[in-house]
Amino acid sequence: MLHLLSGDKPRSVVLTIILLVILISLAFAPFLFPGVRSLETAARICIFIVLVASYDLLLGYSGIVSFAHTMFFGLGAYGVALSSIHMGRGYDALIVGTVLGAIAAAALAWLIALFSLRVRAIFFAMITLAVASAVAVLVSQLSGLTGGEDGLNYKIPRDLTPANRLGEFLGVKVNGKTLNYYLVFFGSAALFLLLLRVVNSPFGRVLQAIRENDFRAEAVGYRVVWYRTVATCLSAATAALAGSLFAIWLRYVGPDTTLSFEIMLDILLMVVIGGMGTMYGAILGATLFVLAQNYLQTLMGAASEATHSLPLVPHLLDPDRWLLWLGVLFVLSVYFFPTGIVGRLRNGR
Amino acid sequence: MSQTLLETKDLTVRFGGHVAVDAVSCAFHAGELTAIVGPNGAGKTTYFNLISGQIPASAGSVSLLGEEVTKFSVAQRCRAGLGRAFQLTNLFPNLSVLENVRLVIQAHRNKGFSLLSMADSHHELTVEARAVLERVRLDTMEDQKVTELSHGNQRKLEVAMLIALDPMVYMFDEPTAGMSADEAPVVLDLIAELKAERERTILLVEHKMDVIRALADRIIVLHNGALAADGDPAEVMASDVVQEAYMGKALENV
Repeated sequence: MLHLLSGDKPRSVVLTIILLVILISLAFAPFLFPGVRSLETAARICIFIVLVASYDLLLGYSGIVSFAHTMFFGLGAYGVALSSIHMGRGYDALIVGTVLGAIAAAALAWLIALFSLRVRAIFFAMITLAVASAVAVLVSQLSGLTGGEDGLNYKIPRDLTPANRLGEFLGVKVNGKTLNYYLVFFGSAALFLLLLRVVNSPFGRVLQAIRENDFRAEAVGYRVVWYRTVATCLSAATAALAGSLFAIWLRYVGPDTTLSFEIMLDILLMVVIGGMGTMYGAILGATLFVLAQNYLQTLMGAASEATHSLPLVPHLLDPDRWLLWLGVLFVLSVYFFPTGIVGRLRNGR
Repeated sequence: MSQTLLETKDLTVRFGGHVAVDAVSCAFHAGELTAIVGPNGAGKTTYFNLISGQIPASAGSVSLLGEEVTKFSVAQRCRAGLGRAFQLTNLFPNLSVLENVRLVIQAHRNKGFSLLSMADSHHELTVEARAVLERVRLDTMEDQKVTELSHGNQRKLEVAMLIALDPMVYMFDEPTAGMSADEAPVVLDLIAELKAERERTILLVEHKMDVIRALADRIIVLHNGALAADGDPAEVMASDVVQEAYMGKALENV
């Protein structure tokens, strides 16, 4: 078990309990929380955990700021979509799309890194911003290929769709969608454990050393540029794989679900809230954020109902103002947990 | 004469119109400890920076173990056998003491690109790192973060990282600066031990005359970036050049 976690223990009782609760909830989500919407949320949490963890590899462990993470995410998603459309529905299309998406992401990351990381880390941030915007514009303009703003709908193997009925288990109807969920769950778990291993490998330690003091890292013999480049490619490829899982799950890709700058900001927030430089922070950050995004509105609707007799309060709690409260929640969490939730739990401060 | 490990030929660097290091030619041999002295601003640290590659030379060359390394990057020179401890403490602040040293040994053993093994499973690196920490008497603090160490202990760690690198050319830039009187001997004894092994060459920038007298086989004096004197410590210290260029100012510094 410890080997699976690469020896990186949660190092806090509360954190261990929270992580176990999240793990169990996600592992049995189709049975614990039956219903289309809750399963949708659970799958989204799984995928965002990987996406956020891969971003943390860059931001938290390597100290590199990138604004192109959704672009890599989108490359994986569009890879699956395009291959499913052009090769026809089938597992081969899914595999080809996933692999090509990941390779394309890594290659593009390699190019961007070689052009910009040699100079200064801040230059990399600017270049990623430019390239990501260009790609987003390109995707929405090339509607013949990418479906433009409407995105693409495509078919995935029938085994993974709700049409594939498999009977009942524990009083819950099991169908292809359930299988699809477990593909997402185990795929995400494997990718997360892989990232956890990478950050605890000798390579991961070098990344941290570079983050701490790149000048000295170079002076003890590490070629800093190469380490940063490899980290960037790895992070991009993992983000693309998460994108592929997302595309398989949704059976739809579009600029708003994969490429938008809003998602990029969400990822940044999830990393910061969970705790930078702690892979477990990705789990907490993604879970909290996605839950808030999906259920805060409902919760506020209920609260507004419950307080309808009071003056002003129901207006403040109106579901339409959920984004305001989401914002307040994040400002507060960053203010009270500057090292993220995981950092706070580990330090006990 | 014993083997030449490091040599600079007409090594020069100009910053705009200012010549910071002016055509310094000097060879350093195995088993030799050379003290580099000179008043503040004489170019000692800049000379070090040119040798270790932190700044590119305007003219001249550096060769290491007979190979010209003038065009090499810092990391490449390090791999070729050059190790440097810094004047201002220059560590990995949020990592543990053990990890700081382990990272150096790991670089040396070419394990940096091992992505899928667990860092803690490379026991041989940890064992080696602990042995180095023992030499500088930091073994009881291996789990502390660098930021939690006293200044003196950070200096010791700086030296430990250089020893872990096990280079052919050791470069110390005021290794005992800011250390208390009872801490400094640990570092000075280590330098004496390294010298006694007689395989490496040691370059030492130092202001403290008692340290130089105790350790140096040879002194070179830099003045306004140029080599002003080079030779036996007693002779050089007595020469007019040093009295003029260095001693006066050194006394002011004390």
